[in-house]
Amino acid sequence: MKEKHTIIVTVTNRVGILARITGLLAQRGYNIESAIAAPTEDPDVYKIILVVMESDENVEQITKQLNKLIDTIKVTDISHKNNYIVREYIILKVTLTQRTRPEVLDLVRVFEAKPIDLATEHLIVELTGHVRKIDRFVELLKPFGIKEFVRSGEFAMTEYN
Amino acid sequence: MKGAEILIDTLINEGVDTIFGYPGGVVIPIFDVLYQTDKIKFILTRHEQGATHAADGYARATGKVGVCLVTSGPGATNTITGIANARMDSIPIVVISGQVATSSIGTDAFQETDMVGLTRSITKHNYLVKSVEELPGVLKEAFYIARTGRPGPVAVDIPVNVSNGILKNYKYPAEVTLPGYKPVANGNQKQIEKLAQAINSAKKPLLYTGGGIISADASAELLALLDKTNIPIVITLMGLGSIPTDHPTFLGMPGMHGTMAANLALTECDLLIGIGVRFDDRITGLRDQFATQAMVAHIDVDPAEIAKVIKPQIPVVGDARKILQELLKKVQPRQQDEWNERTNSWKNQYPMTYDQSAESDILPQYVIDRVSALADPETIIVTDVGQHQMWAAHYYKHRKPRAFLSSGGLGTMGFGLPAAMGAAVGRPNQTVVSISGDGSIQMNIQEFATCSINNIPVKVVILNNSYLGMVRQWQEMFWDEHYSQTCLKRSPTCPPKCTGPRKDCPSVYIPDFVKIAEANRIHGYRATKPSEVDEVLKTGLNQSGPVIMEFMVKSIENVYPMIPSGKPISAIIPGRSS
Ligand SMILES: Cc1cc2nc3c(=O)[nH]c(=O)nc-3n(C[C@H](O)[C@H](O)[C@H](O)COP(=O)(O)OP(=O)(O)OC[C@H]3O[C@@H](n4cnc5c(N)ncnc54)[C@H](O)[C@@H]3O)c2cc1C
Ligand SMILES: Cc1ncc(C[n+]2csc(CCOP(=O)(O)OP(=O)(O)O)c2C)c(N)n1
Repeated sequence: MKEKHTIIVTVTNRVGILARITGLLAQRGYNIESAIAAPTEDPDVYKIILVVMESDENVEQITKQLNKLIDTIKVTDISHKNNYIVREYIILKVTLTQRTRPEVLDLVRVFEAKPIDLATEHLIVELTGHVRKIDRFVELLKPFGIKEFVRSGEFAMTEYN
Repeated sequence: MKGAEILIDTLINEGVDTIFGYPGGVVIPIFDVLYQTDKIKFILTRHEQGATHAADGYARATGKVGVCLVTSGPGATNTITGIANARMDSIPIVVISGQVATSSIGTDAFQETDMVGLTRSITKHNYLVKSVEELPGVLKEAFYIARTGRPGPVAVDIPVNVSNGILKNYKYPAEVTLPGYKPVANGNQKQIEKLAQAINSAKKPLLYTGGGIISADASAELLALLDKTNIPIVITLMGLGSIPTDHPTFLGMPGMHGTMAANLALTECDLLIGIGVRFDDRITGLRDQFATQAMVAHIDVDPAEIAKVIKPQIPVVGDARKILQELLKKVQPRQQDEWNERTNSWKNQYPMTYDQSAESDILPQYVIDRVSALADPETIIVTDVGQHQMWAAHYYKHRKPRAFLSSGGLGTMGFGLPAAMGAAVGRPNQTVVSISGDGSIQMNIQEFATCSINNIPVKVVILNNSYLGMVRQWQEMFWDEHYSQTCLKRSPTCPPKCTGPRKDCPSVYIPDFVKIAEANRIHGYRATKPSEVDEVLKTGLNQSGPVIMEFMVKSIENVYPMIPSGKPISAIIPGRSS
């Protein structure tokens, strides 16, 4: 069964590492839902956070293949673990009319999203939170007419070491 | 020190004695250093593909890392097939290519290609060296990565300004630091214990071994295990030679063109012990009907191979040699029993045979049989790809590891001659015989010039059936004899829908391989009748220097047994049986 998996790949910061990782997944026929490459406290180490929609067996194979890359230090599939903090960020532009304005602003307040730009016909907001919260926010705003949004993809970090 | 000098110094420090390659603009600085050293032999091939396969053949025959040096752009792209070939068969080579100056990269400069991008998916690792400071470390890493763990090709792309750049205090690096790369050598003791127990209690154990035994140099350990346990064994194309063909428990090669005994044993065994094999689809056939009765153990140095195709109950990650040494201490002796009798009875029931006496044409199997009888027992056999490859696998009596070199995973026609050349350079005291088809040999035929001019004494057997036989066989068996573009004699005057040889077929074969020999100033012989086979072989094999021996063999002859592609082992077509 295909499920969403979040995989953290810790790598040495060498030229082309992102291309190696995305290339490897493409070469073996796996789809990437999102990928973020981010610097860490150690300038030589990067974390690449991948979200894939695959079966458990395929994720095991992906994990092993990623581990095989010479520049990979560690690969963790955090999907079935709960000691991780997972966050995502979204910027979203929603249509406003006289009639919908109060309801939309209400939702924004409930979700503690932050308005960035308010115009007569639209509102731009940003929101950080767990992926499920972001999903829900998008879902609830949909009926009002979403003009555009960008999501960052997932970030994750362990709570303990 | 100059980058180019550092490169050559590193190669010497890594123990490189031979480079195969071809020059060009951006590598002139490197060739200029080679001009001034006598520590490294350079073999100028006639094509970069030839150089890559030669480095590959050298590596297979010697166990050392093969090295290839080429220019940027077309020189670099010509190595692609050779790199992919080495990758599929896990062969350690380092391919060094020149690149345009770092300041020109990305501008579509003359002869610029993105070598790192092109080879990313076909190398174990690759590098673009951006500065001369990085060069020593990268080269050291490249060799280390190529030969350790699961071996494989590494590509190093060196811009011309790096070759020309100066490094003030160069020292050959003492060690590599790769935090992300730590191949596991020793197997987990508990797992080995578990495997030993499984062996001790199995009724129908079967060993299934392959290329990993060769790359681990674990033949002696494997033989010791067989001596102690008498377990029946099947060996993949890549593992042939790791034990002698006439070993009493050897059942042959399994798979699509494997023996009946090997395939039946795979189907019936209750414990399947895979060592240094990758459960290739040529062996498993339809996956979910593979070895359904068996508990599976898998020993492999590459964790990603475990459960890639078949999920084992007993996985052991590590080096085959080390693990076999441990396993030997833990398994109990086992005598030949009913299971051995049963597997041996299959060997007798379905022998690999042919009947030359019933034929006026030379049978290809007969030629291989005679090569096996007449060539020195230490001979290294190299094959091309096709029917002749399968016949060489079955009918040659393998005696030693690193003495049967064949392109298995990529199945690269044109591998034979250059790989044989590399093997002969690496092991100058061994006879090297390359067995080719008339199709394959033409794919790197330019290398006869390299052999001739350098007196590399490769003995090339061409089994000329005038067809791309392996493909023709599929067309015969599964495509109603629609011999579409598989006849190498076909000319515009032939009937449009040919279904096989007829009386009015063109009588001459182009090219004339004996004349090819002559044009390259080497000896060439041809046999057209069975009675001439021995004479040609004796003359050719005893001739010094490179030789072409062409055998005009029966044109319509099939490789059996055969499991049709995508079918389970039970769909095997046995061919003749007695
Ligand atoms: C026309 C054609 C027909 C073919 N038909 C057949 C056929 O009928 N039967 C057949 O067998 N093959 C056949 N082949 C070859 C086939 O395609 C595969 O190349 C072959 O079966 C793979 O062999 P292998 O499993 O031994 O793996 P290899 O490709 O040799 O891989 C070696 C394995 O060992 C591991 N390894 C490497 N070093 C070590 C170490 N030190 N310790 C432990 N493990 C290690 C590697 O990680 C890898 O998993 C055919 C090829 C062609 C071109
Ligand atoms: C480079 C390359 N192109 C095409 C193929 C597909 N192919 C596999 S076997 C074969 C025929 C080989 O013919 P030949 O060398 O004459 O050997 P034979 O099968 O007749 O013994 C072909 C075309 C291949 N393996 N490699």
